[in-house]
Amino acid sequence: MNHLLPILSTLRRHRIAAGLIVLEVALSFAIVSNAVHVIGQRLGQLNADSGLPEAELLNLELRNTRRLENRDALSAEDLRRLRALPGVKNVSIPNQVIYGNNINVSGVNTEPDNRGQRVQAFSYSGDEQLLPTMGLRLIGGRAFTPEDVQLDSKIAAEADPKLPVVIVNKALAEALAPGESPLTLLGRSVYVFGNQPSQVVGIVENLGPPNPRHTTDRAAVLLPIGESYASGSYLVRVQPGQAEAVIQAARQIFKEVEPSRLLTNARLLTEMRERHYAQDRAMVGLLLGVCLALLLITALGIVGLASFWVEQRGRMIGIRRALGATRADIRRYFQQENLLLCGVGVVLGSGAALGINQWLVQSQGLPVLPLWYLLPATAALLGLGQLAVLAPAQRASGVAPALAMRSS
Amino acid sequence: MWLEHLKNAWRSLRRSPVLSALMVGALGLGVGICMTTLTVYHVLTADPIPGKGDQLYEVQIDAGNLIGYRPGEEPTFQLTRDDGEALLAAAKAKRQALMTGAFMAVRGPDERVPPEILPLRQTSADFFAMFNAPIALGAPWNAQDDQNEARVAVLSHELNQRLFGGANSVGQAIHVAGNELRVVGVLKPWKVDPYVFDLTLGAYGREEMLFMPFSTARALKLGRAGNMNCWGETGGKSPLERGTPCAWLQYWVELDSPAQAQDYRNYLLQYSAEQQKAGRFQRAPNVRLRNVPEVMAFREVLPADVRLQTGLAFAFLLVCLVNMVGLQLAKTLRRSGEIGVRRALGARRATVFAQFLVESALIGLLGAGLGLLLALGGLWLVRQGPADYAGLARLDTAMLGITLGLSLLASLLAGVLPAWRATQLNPAIQLKVQ
Repeated sequence: MNHLLPILSTLRRHRIAAGLIVLEVALSFAIVSNAVHVIGQRLGQLNADSGLPEAELLNLELRNTRRLENRDALSAEDLRRLRALPGVKNVSIPNQVIYGNNINVSGVNTEPDNRGQRVQAFSYSGDEQLLPTMGLRLIGGRAFTPEDVQLDSKIAAEADPKLPVVIVNKALAEALAPGESPLTLLGRSVYVFGNQPSQVVGIVENLGPPNPRHTTDRAAVLLPIGESYASGSYLVRVQPGQAEAVIQAARQIFKEVEPSRLLTNARLLTEMRERHYAQDRAMVGLLLGVCLALLLITALGIVGLASFWVEQRGRMIGIRRALGATRADIRRYFQQENLLLCGVGVVLGSGAALGINQWLVQSQGLPVLPLWYLLPATAALLGLGQLAVLAPAQRASGVAPALAMRSS
Repeated sequence: MWLEHLKNAWRSLRRSPVLSALMVGALGLGVGICMTTLTVYHVLTADPIPGKGDQLYEVQIDAGNLIGYRPGEEPTFQLTRDDGEALLAAAKAKRQALMTGAFMAVRGPDERVPPEILPLRQTSADFFAMFNAPIALGAPWNAQDDQNEARVAVLSHELNQRLFGGANSVGQAIHVAGNELRVVGVLKPWKVDPYVFDLTLGAYGREEMLFMPFSTARALKLGRAGNMNCWGETGGKSPLERGTPCAWLQYWVELDSPAQAQDYRNYLLQYSAEQQKAGRFQRAPNVRLRNVPEVMAFREVLPADVRLQTGLAFAFLLVCLVNMVGLQLAKTLRRSGEIGVRRALGARRATVFAQFLVESALIGLLGAGLGLLLALGGLWLVRQGPADYAGLARLDTAMLGITLGLSLLASLLAGVLPAWRATQLNPAIQLKVQ
């Protein structure tokens, strides 16, 4: 910064123009750094791993078009035939699937009568094939056996239903036994349905909420309940690349078993995931576009004002050149001036960025902006400033010393 | 004189085409982005029942048990079947409607055409008059039909097109989940956005195809769709039956004045007190009565992303403005010599000021034109997007006017400082420098 003093004294005589550049840089910086923060947060959600083999999981939803009384028998027949299909590994009927429309929540208590530790957990029900179908990994205990499973229609008709065993996910185990290893929950009783105890027989790690975009809650419980096609949807784990063939075969099966039902949805979880996050993806695109436009406009503004300055100071440049300043000196002078202005803008903008972030934290529930997130925006704006001033500075360095003499 | 100013302004813009294009471009971009997001904001916050939103109230009654109870907390936003039916029978408001959404298989008279799963509403007779549903053919069912669990239905315009090719279908039979219903009325095209009376199935872009009596749906043991909150055991019964601790029904009333609303609120408190006395309610009376704008604000119907986008757009416009002030200033000062000559020849400060403001206004007009084009493009992009409100994003005349106004205002604001600087120049110095 060998030009600092002359720069400062020149800027003092162009307070308004200098102030405008600083203001523009500060505003752009505040906006871009927050946009980068939002983009990072959305991308984190978009790329979050559900822990499930999504590319192998096919969700098939069936709807009644008239009242059918033998839903359990129809489901049993559907299941038997689906499981026999080539290309199918496992099939189950959970009451909800990730990225789907259904969300079931139950209170899980450590003591009866809604006393003790109480945690709201996403409740998944399904038969003994649910764990292998969803690819859930046990970190302790066992999976459901066919003997554990009761039909939903039977449980719903009981005044005081009993559910002897349940499986919990790691997050629920940690919430129910705070400060202890999740494995300590194995063998203990929890209360999901009123006063009847259920023993925790297994703990799985990779099970999350059915609506990851809208919640940060992780606790989930698995209930050994056999649903019918009317209270859940078929979740089919297929061999890679077999999805289309299995959909065709399943369509035929449903038609043969009971033709009055409609297959309203047949999608891989990867596709459902795309839809689940489509709005976030659009938002990321929009933010990126606005950031680029903003940087472009800021750059053009700097070019405009810098060109004007160079023109205004032709005489000064000429005199300096005549007094022995090299072309590089002149160029560096303008570059350093720009660096100073942009630097002040970034410092002021940091304050504004944190202010905007405060508003976002309160109104949008966004996390607090980590300070290092300011770095990419700082680099972008300082680099942009240098890039924008390059042409005017080059032009300035080309001013002939004689010009100073002539124009005065 | 103004025409002269305008001519001068145009000449000035032509003299530095790159700089002028830059200013118009930046302003147009800022205005275009602002108008795109403002239009989305505008259509998403519009009154879904035009002119009547402040007379329609959603009823909430706290029927929960004492587990995790905090006195005065927000009651469940839906009612149990017992409470909904009791309020409907008492009919204490000018009009009232009990309702829930559902997805059911619907088929026309032609058996060969397979049924379709369609969104429909199970409600009560006052619904149509309350929400200004426009009737094209026939008439809605009446309270007597509700009592009699009549097998009747009102079709949407769209469904009447699909099943009957738009012909008068009143008196015809249709089948809902295998049950025969008689068409008594057909609606004109009717859009309610957001779908304020039942937000649980998504707020925007919803269109229910068929309306049938709630009582009939219960008699036929039809299913339903949407949010359900149960706080205790159903004792082996379906949660849709009476006597279960499950809230799943929306209940709306029409009240003409705030005074009537106060009376109705008192009635709800009194009803809750009676239920508590009878042992049905465990909690102290706790009710809510919110009209349409209040419901929209309280439930935060406007997507958070739209608020974020609108804020972002205005910040963007602000940067464009600062940018324009800078460029305009540079341009003004570059013309110092010209200003000096004009002032020396007798031009008043006010004239110079007006001249520069006219130039800014001209930029504003050009920016508005560009901004309008960009807003049309932006809204087209929004309509192609994945949001559930995508189809609503269209420019209306009010927004057109605002575009023009915003652009002019922005350019004039940006022009004030440079114009003022121009009047402050000392003509003597400028002439000397020349």
